[in-house]
Amino acid sequence: MDFFIGHYNYWIAIFLMMVGFYTVISRGNLVKKIIGLNIFQVSVFLLYISVSTVKGGAAPIITEGIELYSNPLPHVLILTAIVVGVATTALGLALVVRIKEAYGTIEEDEIHAQDHSL
Amino acid sequence: MIDVFIDVTLLAFLAITAVAIVRMTNLFAIVMLFGIFSFLSAAMFVVMDAVDVAFTEAAVGAGISTVLMLATIALTKDQNEKQSRSHRSWLPLAVVIVTGAALVYGTLDIPAFGDPEAPAQMYVAPYYLERSIAETGVPNVVTAVLASYRGFDTLGEVVVVFTAGIAVLLLIGGKRQKSNTRKNEKKRK
Repeated sequence: MDFFIGHYNYWIAIFLMMVGFYTVISRGNLVKKIIGLNIFQVSVFLLYISVSTVKGGAAPIITEGIELYSNPLPHVLILTAIVVGVATTALGLALVVRIKEAYGTIEEDEIHAQDHSL
Repeated sequence: MIDVFIDVTLLAFLAITAVAIVRMTNLFAIVMLFGIFSFLSAAMFVVMDAVDVAFTEAAVGAGISTVLMLATIALTKDQNEKQSRSHRSWLPLAVVIVTGAALVYGTLDIPAFGDPEAPAQMYVAPYYLERSIAETGVPNVVTAVLASYRGFDTLGEVVVVFTAGIAVLLLIGGKRQKSNTRKNEKKRK
């Protein structure tokens, strides 16, 4: 039971990662692909923050009388990653809008059919 | 004990929401579920003592991403995802199961969640926790690292966001002229 609780966070992070991965490779709608990519991203954030957590620790804001803090370095990394992630999401969605203008659809197989590329 | 209960429940909610997102076909519902997903993950970050990450995720992940996706749906006027038959459904599933099994096998060796003796907690982190207040005067260690010790990396992040903003403007900023020329080309054909 201890082993299960000690690794539950990692397993859920992996499950979410695989759900996002599955959405990206199995669904043809471009907006849904980007949402799958975002789920994948959040799973990585969860994994990093799980690693940074210390049992009984406080948030890393130095206060009198508190000795144990969680690890601040993964927090910094993930803070940066969230902002960069939104920037890439915005770029992807802008590409979707342009694809819709050029092809009239955002379904992957219809785009391939128009290009005769598959 | 209550910590473990909240942790298990919130993560189960996250997993259920993610599965619901995959199964839905209405894009508006998917985007709303994604907003819920982001807020749940923000709550999860608070439980794991990462308060700075939590409010960034709530503001930027749940707020701005959701608005951007809604704007995309409004611009593309696609309400539903079409279920295509051309995709073989077993192949992605097999790839995902094999990859997931390999990753779970990888977790068996890593230290348990919240272990204070884990290697990740031992080397660099105590340095910042002990010295940041003397060296920078900022009580929040995350802010101290982000803005002071690693200020140049944050500048790099700003460059990335700026580049993405310029790229978005180039892609859809001059839209009206280009779509007119494309219509003219179609007329000529």
